[in-house]
Amino acid sequence: MALLDGIAIRNVASGHRPWPRAVVGDDGWQAAIDRLVEGGAALFGLWGDTGAVHMALIDAGAEIAVLTYECRDGRFPSVGTRHPPAIRPERAIASLFGLTPAGASDRRPWLDLGFWEERHPLGAAAPAPEPEPYAFLPAEGEGLHQLPVGPVHAGIIEPGHFRFTANGERVVRLEQQLGYTHKGVEFLMRGATLDKGARLACRTSGDSTIAYGIAFAQAVEAAVNISPPPRAVYLRALMAELERLANHFGDIGAICNDASFSMMLAQCGILRERVLRAADACFGHRLMMDMVVPGGVVRDIGDGGAGAIADVVGETRRLFPRLVELYDKTASLQDRTVGTGIVKPEPVRQFAAGGYVGRAAGRAFDCRKTPGYPPYDALTFDVPVLEAGDVNARVWIRIREVEQSLALIDQILARLPAGPLLVPPVAADGEGIGFAEAFRGDVLVWIRLRGDGRIDRCHLRDASWFQWPLLEVAIEDNIVADFPLCNKSFNASYSGHDL
Amino acid sequence: MRKTLLESFIHGPLTEAAPEPDEAALAELALRVNRAAHARLGRSLAIRHVDAGSCNGCELEMHALGNAFYDLERFGLRFVASPRHADVLTVTGPPTRNMRQALERTYAATPDPKWVVAIGGCAADGGCFAGSYAVLGGVSQVVPVDLHIPGCPPSPLSILKGLLALLESVNVKDRAIRR
Repeated sequence: MALLDGIAIRNVASGHRPWPRAVVGDDGWQAAIDRLVEGGAALFGLWGDTGAVHMALIDAGAEIAVLTYECRDGRFPSVGTRHPPAIRPERAIASLFGLTPAGASDRRPWLDLGFWEERHPLGAAAPAPEPEPYAFLPAEGEGLHQLPVGPVHAGIIEPGHFRFTANGERVVRLEQQLGYTHKGVEFLMRGATLDKGARLACRTSGDSTIAYGIAFAQAVEAAVNISPPPRAVYLRALMAELERLANHFGDIGAICNDASFSMMLAQCGILRERVLRAADACFGHRLMMDMVVPGGVVRDIGDGGAGAIADVVGETRRLFPRLVELYDKTASLQDRTVGTGIVKPEPVRQFAAGGYVGRAAGRAFDCRKTPGYPPYDALTFDVPVLEAGDVNARVWIRIREVEQSLALIDQILARLPAGPLLVPPVAADGEGIGFAEAFRGDVLVWIRLRGDGRIDRCHLRDASWFQWPLLEVAIEDNIVADFPLCNKSFNASYSGHDL
Repeated sequence: MRKTLLESFIHGPLTEAAPEPDEAALAELALRVNRAAHARLGRSLAIRHVDAGSCNGCELEMHALGNAFYDLERFGLRFVASPRHADVLTVTGPPTRNMRQALERTYAATPDPKWVVAIGGCAADGGCFAGSYAVLGGVSQVVPVDLHIPGCPPSPLSILKGLLALLESVNVKDRAIRR
């Protein structure tokens, strides 16, 4: 366990699979923070529990470990003061559990916007006090003005608040205030059956319903130590790649549309719709919600399903290269996307940003590859990486990933094994960790099951947690009018983040 | 680009025939829509969407309404950027407590006569999020709802049927008043 070398451990939790969970004291916790600051490991997740805080680490060798700090007097040593990616997760822990990050400089609430009837709903809940006005970070200087945007945005978009400080058209600072879509998913998970838990997981972020279904199922399967049947594993991957295709088509079209090139939106919209219809033909639901459950999948590919998918793959192979050429050769479009909204490799590395945000800026992380999960270990595909970190690079990563997904679907259909679809999990206690590569990046699910098969605690961490803060970086020094473009190129999830 | 454009001409439109308005939705609507309000509206309906905390699944299918297959605008239905331009508010989500004030304000900013269409299972009763400290359990807890479109998420066709039912109802009564 190279990842835990040099981190003083009190004891290792039993029944935590497939990676270890270690309880640490102050010295071990600080050693882990040192590791994060030095870059020896990345923050994979940070979440609260009853009287404790858990931190998931991942290192370059894709080894994972969970560290647990048991709070005294409801306090834990702040990670965010030394490692900024932990700031928002820590603020969320403070708001939801009432656990205080000792030494943290930013004590403002996160997710709790002052509208709930109680405070610390996941900890020692108490009647909410009178809300205080949220203190946005200051930006001072001559000629600066503020632009408050949201939570209700123009268009069919999720809600969130953006506070811009600009000098004329130039953005000096963007600060996000999220939490408007907070539904209390982790509260509802407590004591839920696995069926209910899977339904909630699949609705954490609707655009990534399959990825969440897979990550949740893998966490449960790890906790009770079972493996889903091979056919189910392949069908999950088939659904995951269809989901990735549909979302990437939607994104590529929407990004170009925000650069006033609506033809790409129209054409990509057709490709997206065809994928969703093929998904409907195969699995009886356009977004394939609730198809993935712990132990396998609930539906086999229907009659004519494979044919419908092969048709879509063929059609896409014929049409998509033309759209790529159109994107590449339209100067007015390139003028908007190249050099806009740059996130440099250093913050991407520090925040361990996944998906196209990371891969457009040199971070070659794709959890299908490393640490990897079946069936991807048996399939051939590349993880495209670029360095520029601008809107254009994030578009190109998506384009290359569409090509990879098409190749993956070919392989999956060719190798689809026969056999059962589902091995229902037996009721057992245990702890498990699962992850899946959604179209926007890695989704992490951590679960603790009770002996009666119900969920004791479940945490779901969207890739957006480590992408949203980088959007604030990306927009700096850009003009206000380019914000929609930058925002679309990130397409971070509000619901997946807010839970 | 020329090749793509040319092919679009040769192959003809992808846009499909209009669906029949949903009978159940039509019945629900007929009861609720205020008769006097109709006289002021022509056929075109401007829709303002408010996501009041959905999982974003409903939004994906609402976006799909704009694609070449469904082509919402041919029915005289279009999404607008401000509630002040809207006749109809579509609302998704359980809705969350954190969005209550924003939803109330959006509703207040929409000029009369106005209709509210709650889209998706969450918008009806909170869906699988009901019972949480953070949700209210149905859009009707915040603003009066004229029409519910069920589904998780409803397909674009279901949404279209519901919206068409709204449109038909408005037009029928509109004609009745003119006579």
